Amino acid sequence: MALDLQFTPAQRRFRTEVRTWLSAHVPRTPLPTLESEAGFAAHRAWEHTLAGGNWAMITWPKQYGGRGASLIDWLIFEEEYYRAGAPLRVNQNGIFLLGPTLMEFGTAAQKARFLPPMAAGEEMWAQAWSEPQAGSDLAALRATAVRDGDSYLLRGHKIWSSRAAFADWCFGIFRTGAASERHQGLSFILVPLRHPGVRVRGIRQIQGEPGFAEIFFEDARVPLDHRLGDEGQGWQIAMATAGFERGLMLRSPARFQVAAQRLVSLWRSRKDEADPALVGRVLQAWMDAEAYALNTYRTASRLMAGGSIGVEASLNKIFWSELDLDLHRTAMSLLGARAALLPQAGTDADAWLEGFIFSLAGPIYAGSNEIQRNLIAERLLGLPRG
Amino acid sequence: MDFTFSEEQQMMAAAFRELATELCPPSVLRAVFEARDQHSEERWSRLAELGLFGVRVPSEHGGMGLEDADFVLLAEEAGRAALPEPLIEQAALAAPALGELAGAPAVAALLPELASGRMRIAVAHPQNPGAPAPPGLTHWLLCGTDSVTLAEAGAVRAVRADSIDAARPLYFPEPTAGAAPLARGVTATALGARLLNRGASFSAAQCLGLAERMLALAVDYAKERTQFGRAIGSYQAIKHHLASAQVKLEFARPVVYAAVTRLAQTDVRATAAASHAKLAATEAADLAARTAMQVHGAMGYSWEVDLHFFMKRAWALSGAWGDRNFHARRLQQLVCGGDLALGPDQMFERTA
Repeated sequence: MALDLQFTPAQRRFRTEVRTWLSAHVPRTPLPTLESEAGFAAHRAWEHTLAGGNWAMITWPKQYGGRGASLIDWLIFEEEYYRAGAPLRVNQNGIFLLGPTLMEFGTAAQKARFLPPMAAGEEMWAQAWSEPQAGSDLAALRATAVRDGDSYLLRGHKIWSSRAAFADWCFGIFRTGAASERHQGLSFILVPLRHPGVRVRGIRQIQGEPGFAEIFFEDARVPLDHRLGDEGQGWQIAMATAGFERGLMLRSPARFQVAAQRLVSLWRSRKDEADPALVGRVLQAWMDAEAYALNTYRTASRLMAGGSIGVEASLNKIFWSELDLDLHRTAMSLLGARAALLPQAGTDADAWLEGFIFSLAGPIYAGSNEIQRNLIAERLLGLPRG
Repeated sequence: MDFTFSEEQQMMAAAFRELATELCPPSVLRAVFEARDQHSEERWSRLAELGLFGVRVPSEHGGMGLEDADFVLLAEEAGRAALPEPLIEQAALAAPALGELAGAPAVAALLPELASGRMRIAVAHPQNPGAPAPPGLTHWLLCGTDSVTLAEAGAVRAVRADSIDAARPLYFPEPTAGAAPLARGVTATALGARLLNRGASFSAAQCLGLAERMLALAVDYAKERTQFGRAIGSYQAIKHHLASAQVKLEFARPVVYAAVTRLAQTDVRATAAASHAKLAATEAADLAARTAMQVHGAMGYSWEVDLHFFMKRAWALSGAWGDRNFHARRLQQLVCGGDLALGPDQMFERTA
């Protein structure tokens, strides 16, 4: 039945099952930030716990560590996950981005090799896209992969690689053809990070922790079967990965709905002192979080009916990143003079400052919002390229 | 859980779109605007032939017996065309309201007339005191705070007020003695609440269509118009304006679609959903209008370019069935005042 927006009894039972498991397993106290070494280790341990309950990536086929669940079930899982205040998914580069990419472009052997340890939380993944001279203009990248017998020798310099400081593997695109080929001469390659010829140097983010890193490849040797898809197909695969990132998986709506709910509570506790105009922004944040969630259900239904995500991913990315920023800016305004104080036990400010700092990155990562607006204008609206 | 439209729903919308494209091209809208007269017997009878007035009339009373959700794409098309006739009021508001009152023999007798388009109705409500009227108005549905009355048009004195939307003059009915209320008290209040939520949600749906139309006009113009030797649509300043308006529109859409699935209820969730839909869609149409005008430059400020027909309809609808002040305050009370249970697990819940 079309436009039927009620959960089935099975979906309701599934929600209860998720809720019950999470309430027994989610750590009582929040883990240290995953951008620190100790925090990364604690989050890795949480991934093992999740995998132990078979909750690592429920939409994946059973043989790779999933449950073969539908996207609607996944959304229900995410709703319960954020409601429970469960830890951030430290392996999101793997499970949300590389996982679906492997599913689409990997060989049977590659899927069998990489997906199960990813789901089990045994191998953590980082992205290796940007280079010092190739940010928004990603196709200008220079890192090379030169064939040498049955392997590639990698040379080059990747930067702004999230999680790379502590992860085990990275995936990225390397030039296997001439630089003049731009988008055509690229290949998608998986590389171990603790490996001869690979050097990782953490970069401190504005909050002081090494949340991303530079990766130097100095004749690092990887076998040819670490290449995903064909030689020269790297750009196409990378764009599919970016689509997963901007589209459905990376930012599940429950994250913002829970934040909006907290914002409403913050408003209630501050309303006697607050600028009355802020209530409009609180309401807007709530409305936008709901709108994003409804749209995600719509996208999930479309995908389940055989559709695909194309340039809509760019609409999503702009919407969630701007919603997150507005929501946190509103919280900071409500907190007023207390907003800038570092977390101390028992204050409202605790969770908002970190979220605010993180929300500032949203319009930049996963392809800047300016690039997303170009994509919408050119690919959705059909405007001429500049 | 299925957030897609059925093939039937999409086909019905496509058929209406085709008809609306034929019935009211910009040249027709221009003529209506020049004459300040929206009445057209021909258009009304063509809408009737397609069966649009009967979509929401129960099948035992000569209609198709379909749901609110089956009408939302049709309302979107009415918006896209800036249809002068008040199709929504007749078919999506009056029909379900009278359908609920079909227990009264007088109403049951009228429903087939409503479905065929022979009965022509205007609908007034405290949040929508001025209503557009179809050609050859026969009846008023007058919804008060605790009574609902169906009156013959001849028995109601209504004052016409012209609008910036020249295709949609409003008529303000004066209180009438005479006709006995069809419903009173709590029944009337619940009926009025559903009527208001329907009015808000279907105004919102029209705004989606209007926003899409205005953006399409702006995109076409940006591809044609050259400055500094290039199409202006190749400049990022123009692209980014249009992309931002498109984002606003795409995220208003699911809010409206979700709201129409709740219109048979009168609970706080249905009320919140209708207000959210109205706010999101009017905001999207407003941004589309401002963006389209800016992209058109001085041409967008002229009578000669078609854009203003759609812009004016969007302005008119943003005030219909509860304006921004009304819906923002109402939603704020529900969300921030604690009446609505919040959280991701609550979004599709229904309260008794």
